[in-house]
Amino acid sequence: MPAILAENLVRKFGDVTAVDGVSFRVEPGEVFGFLGPNGSGKTTVIKMLSGILPLTSGRGVVDGIDVTENPDEVKLRIGYMSQKFSLYDDLTVLENLRFYAQVYGLKDAEAQKKIEETMQRNAIEPYKDRFAGKLSGGWKQRLALGCAMLHSPKIVYLDEPTAGIDPVARRKLWDLLFDLSGQGITFFVTTHYMDEAERCSHLAYIYYGKLIADGTPDTLRELPDVQQPGTQRFEIATKDVTAALRRARKLPFMRSATIFGRSIHALVDDKITQPELERELESVGVHAEEIRPLMPDLEDVFVELTYKHQAERETGHV
Amino acid sequence: MFKMFKAGNPFRGFRAIFYKEALHLRRDSMAIMFALAIPILEMIILGYAIDTNVRQVKTAVYDQTGIMESGNGTQGSQQSRALLDRFRNSDTFRIYRYVHSDAELTQEMVAGRAKVGVKVPYDFDRDLLRGGSAQVMVMVDGSDSSVAGQSMNVAQAIGLDESLRRMLPPGSRPPIDVRPKVMFNPDSRSPNFFLPGLMTVLLLFVTTMLTAFSIVREKERGTLEQLFVTPVRPLGLMMGKIVPYFVVALVEMSTILIFMRYVFSVPIHGSIILLFALATLYMFVQLALGMLISSKANSQNDAMQRAMGIMLPTIFLSGYIFPRDTMPLIFYLMSFCLPATYMMDIARGIILRGAGLAELWLNALVLLIMGLGVLMLAAKNFRKMIV
Repeated sequence: MPAILAENLVRKFGDVTAVDGVSFRVEPGEVFGFLGPNGSGKTTVIKMLSGILPLTSGRGVVDGIDVTENPDEVKLRIGYMSQKFSLYDDLTVLENLRFYAQVYGLKDAEAQKKIEETMQRNAIEPYKDRFAGKLSGGWKQRLALGCAMLHSPKIVYLDEPTAGIDPVARRKLWDLLFDLSGQGITFFVTTHYMDEAERCSHLAYIYYGKLIADGTPDTLRELPDVQQPGTQRFEIATKDVTAALRRARKLPFMRSATIFGRSIHALVDDKITQPELERELESVGVHAEEIRPLMPDLEDVFVELTYKHQAERETGHV
Repeated sequence: MFKMFKAGNPFRGFRAIFYKEALHLRRDSMAIMFALAIPILEMIILGYAIDTNVRQVKTAVYDQTGIMESGNGTQGSQQSRALLDRFRNSDTFRIYRYVHSDAELTQEMVAGRAKVGVKVPYDFDRDLLRGGSAQVMVMVDGSDSSVAGQSMNVAQAIGLDESLRRMLPPGSRPPIDVRPKVMFNPDSRSPNFFLPGLMTVLLLFVTTMLTAFSIVREKERGTLEQLFVTPVRPLGLMMGKIVPYFVVALVEMSTILIFMRYVFSVPIHGSIILLFALATLYMFVQLALGMLISSKANSQNDAMQRAMGIMLPTIFLSGYIFPRDTMPLIFYLMSFCLPATYMMDIARGIILRGAGLAELWLNALVLLIMGLGVLMLAAKNFRKMIV
């Protein structure tokens, strides 16, 4: 049984179709990265699969429960944390935990046990009498996750969980997610950070309500749309990359070129060999210090996919 | 583990929300200020400082009959002194100064030192003795209408009374003797009039404002979104939000009643249980209004402005300060839309007139209908908000 099954999810708001026939399947224990530009329907899909937003059509099954037939049961089986960390600033750490324990209807003894477990796992016990509003971003996030998981859900939705969090706290959160996914908990994560996307075991990309990619990071990198036949990628290290980029773009076999730090990522015809490339670059006045072949990274993947679908939308060819 | 929940309790989550709201309230010193300190302050202001009865109006006198005899001018003729004594003893006027010219009298009025100027002309005694009509000029500062009205009425009454006394044979009585009797508030005391109304207005503040704020705050923080993803049911959420503020309102109401009764000695003639019962209906309407506001407003500022849209009409149109019967028709009709109008009548009815359910049932019914209507509207908007 999949942890989450989405079959042809459609959601319309008036004339606008916010989610247009989205299907995917998430297995238990996966860390599922759900990506897409802002306003592309990510949050709407989460709401539909949390039992709070009715589907216009399609079917959603979460932990074996149909979201349309039994939305209240779905709510009991999922955890949810948004980027706002939904804590009550004027309540202490302990009071926040107690509140969520009550919300999920935990019995006193069980609530006590769960609260202690959560505090220990997140090393938050020393701060239990501190107001949540006084915690730093990383602590808030850990407390919010603790609150969202007090009732031991098997499936947890994290809507941009690391927005505005420092890198150390981000790393810690991801370590925790992998630790928990090892215990069979499924995470549905939205993010804009590509390094986080790389860590997911399963990715999907939504663009204007349509799912345009679904697979592991490696399968996405090999998509024909991304790795166009007859092309190859090189990383070119050089001085003064801005000027070099302008000149390199003039070369006829150069499909596209962008700056990454102090080097250029170039997509070129695969008829060109590496020494030829070096010579051609010299001919337009670019001295390459180092050239090496490159696998597309996920950012390339999503940028390419977005461009392609943008073009299709604009030409009306969908 | 969740067996209890599966029964589909529509109030699910009530206890959790109630627990949390109680904690918020305990931490929120502003809300407690709002609920308890401000009412006491306002009662003291309205009970002690404000007196709608016009008394001791500052009056300047230019008595021309006295000029001849002494430079001081306080020694008017016997007739004029008798008249001015009537003014002085009326309790409405307080003669604080005698002036010596028309210009001075006008100056006192323009400067605002005198609200009333009385001029007794040279020929006052002579005209009286001749049996003709002796004129006295009374100038009234019209910038405060209640002072002006009362001063004019009392001045005319004094004139009429003095005239009658002179025309009727000694020892006889006027043919018609009007004996007014002020019922329910025999001494025309301001606290009796104001405090039941104040209670009505203050209850509106706690119920509508605090409920609206408590939900809008969660919208701003994003916690409301979180609650929707939990098994808390909308009804449990609404009741969990309403009940704590209802309790606060009851405490406030009790405080006001205790102050009213024992500090301002306003007697409560009717049933206090009925008062609480009907006030509960009123609070129900206002709490639902708070819900309605919070389902529309997206920021606390927005909520504040919407709440003001109810509060200002309530203060001016519900009969709290200004009598409804003298309003222009459109405002009079508008006043019927305000829940406070009905509660104002209930509060004054029970406290001052000793009215019972037999007299007040219509008010109660209107409040009940209003409450159900607003609640239904609020619940509908609430559902939209989730999506």
